[in-house]
Amino acid sequence: MFDYELIVIGAGPAGLAAALAAHEKGVRRILILERDNQAGGILNQCIHNGFGLHFFKEELTGPEYAGRFVAMLAGTTIEVRTDTMVLELEQNRTVHTVSPLRGYERITAGAVVLAMGCRERTRGAISIPGARCSGIFTAGAAQRFMNIEGYMVGKRVVILGSGDIGLIMARRMTLEGAKVLACVELMPYSGGLNRNIVQCLHDFDIPLYLSHTVTDVVGKDRLERVVVSKVDENRRPIPGTEMVFDCDTLLLSVGLLPENELSRQAGVQIDPRTNGPVVWENCETSIPGVFACGNVLHVHDLVDYVTAESQRAGRAAADFIQGRLPQGQEIRLENGSGVGYTVPQHFHRDTDKLEIFFRVRAIYHNAAIRVMDGDTQLARFRREHMAPGEMENITLPKVLLDRAQHDTLRVEIEEAAQ
Amino acid sequence: MNYDVIIIGCGVIGAACAHALSRYQLRVGILEADNDVANGTTKANSAIVHAGYDPLPGTKMARLNVRGTAMMPALCARLDVPYKNVGSLVLALEPGDEQTLQALYARGVANGVPGLQLLTPAQALELEPGLNPKLLGALLAPSAGIVNPWELCYALAETAVKNGAELHLNAPVTAIRRTEEGFALQTPKGEFTAPRVLNCAGTHADQISRLVGDDSFEILPSKGEYFLLDKSEGSRVSRVIFQCPSPAGKGVLVAPTVHGNLLAGPNATASDPDDTANTAQGLAYVRAMATRSVPGINFRDNIRNFAGVRANSTCEDFILGQSETVPGFFQLAGIRSPGLSAAPAIGEEAVRLLRDAGLDLQPKQQYDDTRRRIRFHECSDEEKNRLIAQDPRYGRVICRCETVTEGEIVAALHTPIPPVSVNGVKRRVGAGMGRCQGGFCGPRVQEIIARELGISPVDVLMDWEGTWVLCGETKGGAGRV
Repeated sequence: MFDYELIVIGAGPAGLAAALAAHEKGVRRILILERDNQAGGILNQCIHNGFGLHFFKEELTGPEYAGRFVAMLAGTTIEVRTDTMVLELEQNRTVHTVSPLRGYERITAGAVVLAMGCRERTRGAISIPGARCSGIFTAGAAQRFMNIEGYMVGKRVVILGSGDIGLIMARRMTLEGAKVLACVELMPYSGGLNRNIVQCLHDFDIPLYLSHTVTDVVGKDRLERVVVSKVDENRRPIPGTEMVFDCDTLLLSVGLLPENELSRQAGVQIDPRTNGPVVWENCETSIPGVFACGNVLHVHDLVDYVTAESQRAGRAAADFIQGRLPQGQEIRLENGSGVGYTVPQHFHRDTDKLEIFFRVRAIYHNAAIRVMDGDTQLARFRREHMAPGEMENITLPKVLLDRAQHDTLRVEIEEAAQ
Repeated sequence: MNYDVIIIGCGVIGAACAHALSRYQLRVGILEADNDVANGTTKANSAIVHAGYDPLPGTKMARLNVRGTAMMPALCARLDVPYKNVGSLVLALEPGDEQTLQALYARGVANGVPGLQLLTPAQALELEPGLNPKLLGALLAPSAGIVNPWELCYALAETAVKNGAELHLNAPVTAIRRTEEGFALQTPKGEFTAPRVLNCAGTHADQISRLVGDDSFEILPSKGEYFLLDKSEGSRVSRVIFQCPSPAGKGVLVAPTVHGNLLAGPNATASDPDDTANTAQGLAYVRAMATRSVPGINFRDNIRNFAGVRANSTCEDFILGQSETVPGFFQLAGIRSPGLSAAPAIGEEAVRLLRDAGLDLQPKQQYDDTRRRIRFHECSDEEKNRLIAQDPRYGRVICRCETVTEGEIVAALHTPIPPVSVNGVKRRVGAGMGRCQGGFCGPRVQEIIARELGISPVDVLMDWEGTWVLCGETKGGAGRV
């Protein structure tokens, strides 16, 4: 007898949606473990709007979106333990937790959903040279200081990286009276959503420097200035292109990494392309009964898609607990030309339908996504525009899957004829 | 304030001297320019306890290195400082290097280094499969180790303070007047007087010496840059891996750290005494050289770069002794590598120098030479539960990457030398040292420091004076405070 039928690690949007979906399918003894002092995850500090357009068909702020899911917990038998850190996950689905109220505990579960989210890449991860002064923040840390704690982190700002959090913070800091001098992006395209570039940079006349990076950081105590250089096609700084910005703050929005330390240590197989677990179409990892969803699985752009994926994981966890296991032989998915990865990485042949999520490696216009079964094209989806910053997804109905001859299908991009 | 002995500078050398002197019935004052101890070379170096085959036989460096390294295990055990006797290898990677290994071996034997052994490539690769398979040979030194250098400094300085030494932070010495009784030292914290002064000012020791008119040496600061990699790379090697030394230094090493990370560095470039900036060139060099020793290092798992400045000097050896021109003024200067290894022995040396100069040293009746610090993640389940029952704050994990609890942070903020900055807390308990580099816990640590020290979060610094983090409240204000 397990202590709980289902343990969900993380009470962000992924964990909440997974738990609620499992509850809807009749699972009753559900425990959500949350390290912060409230449920909602990173949405709590995302006070801007734009959440929920797909899922709720209306525009909500982050706390509102999270609040709707927290409200749905009422009347369920789902238990949420905040201020509780998971220190270890064992293969047999024993979870080690610590909290001020309950001390150190081991809790067993019939199934586990991993929903720990992701963390930001730091200055160290990209080895920005220069002084070790203060004033360099990851965009999310600055966002927490401003939106949760109520403090300003600086007055003259440069943002490195055009990921969504960086773009949102460009607008947020401007609205709080700071001067955002530039947003600098290493790649020739932005990694953020187009709507954020328009609404957070263009609307406030903040210049976006594509194919540029920060090549020096100067400041004895607090940051005094940064040097920005243009980069060549190999992303190497071009001497002689330096621009100097006098600023006291550098925000980094240089990528997110799924937080899989618990998963790795438990022995969950990790995909080096996503830094998330390798999963089946039902979000089950390499450890039976352990599922993963949301940003711990792969980094999403929209919380609405996190919710949809997490509901799938929650329902699959319920199926596992109730003894309904997926059927059919394994078919693997591989990423062909132009595609960075796929989630899931493999699926059961008898699945009802298959949704595949992935990111493209470059910007494409009037191209198509093809699903190849050896040399045979199984499906083709036309797209007017695709960019690495926007996750793609396609759905293959069972009738198509039934035609597959090989044990591996390939997802690739067919570029438009010149 | 009047003291029997004043120590200028509280890096690991000043702290070792204070620790050694605090055993005796003396009034000891320590003047530190920074807002915390261990904030110069001590916090940014290779963290190695060298075996002692590098220095030339007969030098102070050779004697104190071997002696300090021998003292280190017991000292670290007594003061609860992380230390591991992992051993080291020097690699021969180019023709001619084998002769260097022979010379190092002979020097080590002359210096009294225990257990040295010359290895064939096969023997070396068996010990360390991650090494460059083209290596031509290696020198094994089993007595080498790794240590947490800043915690060693905290432990020494805290123990000294606990036993009566008085530490004055933010007290840079700006002028020294010679008086009938000895010296009067001017600082922004007031004037301090003593008949004897120990100059442990690290990369600024020549400037301090010039304040009393002794310009017999000059510090030639030399900056070294490093990569600190994630724990996922921490078992790439299990010993300290050196290349053959050159006149510029011991070259780029690859080593595990006591925290379980992997360290690669340093290069060596002439610099200002306080220049800890990283450079693209320096980092590229370190990376290339480290890869020569250990080809498989995954630099994508880098979590931090840093640079430290060595106090190289115009003297070949450590400068240890009473100034020839200014009686009562003692130089402990030019302490470059293997200074950290030698530090405990340099503390003893300071006692000897003062005794030889006629200072009457009577041991204290009561002396507390122990130190314990709770490391929650190292505790057993039962110990964890006992701690949390006593103080629930041990059940609240603040730093997720390194599993550091609020209880540990609060405890650090109430030690004999409490930290005043986010990085001060980081160095004491490890919060923010992990892969997210304080991205998640930084704001919470800031809040705990403010609460415990009774100051506004706006006044909590990242590190030294001037490194402000927050510039004020947002328009809505900080409702929680």
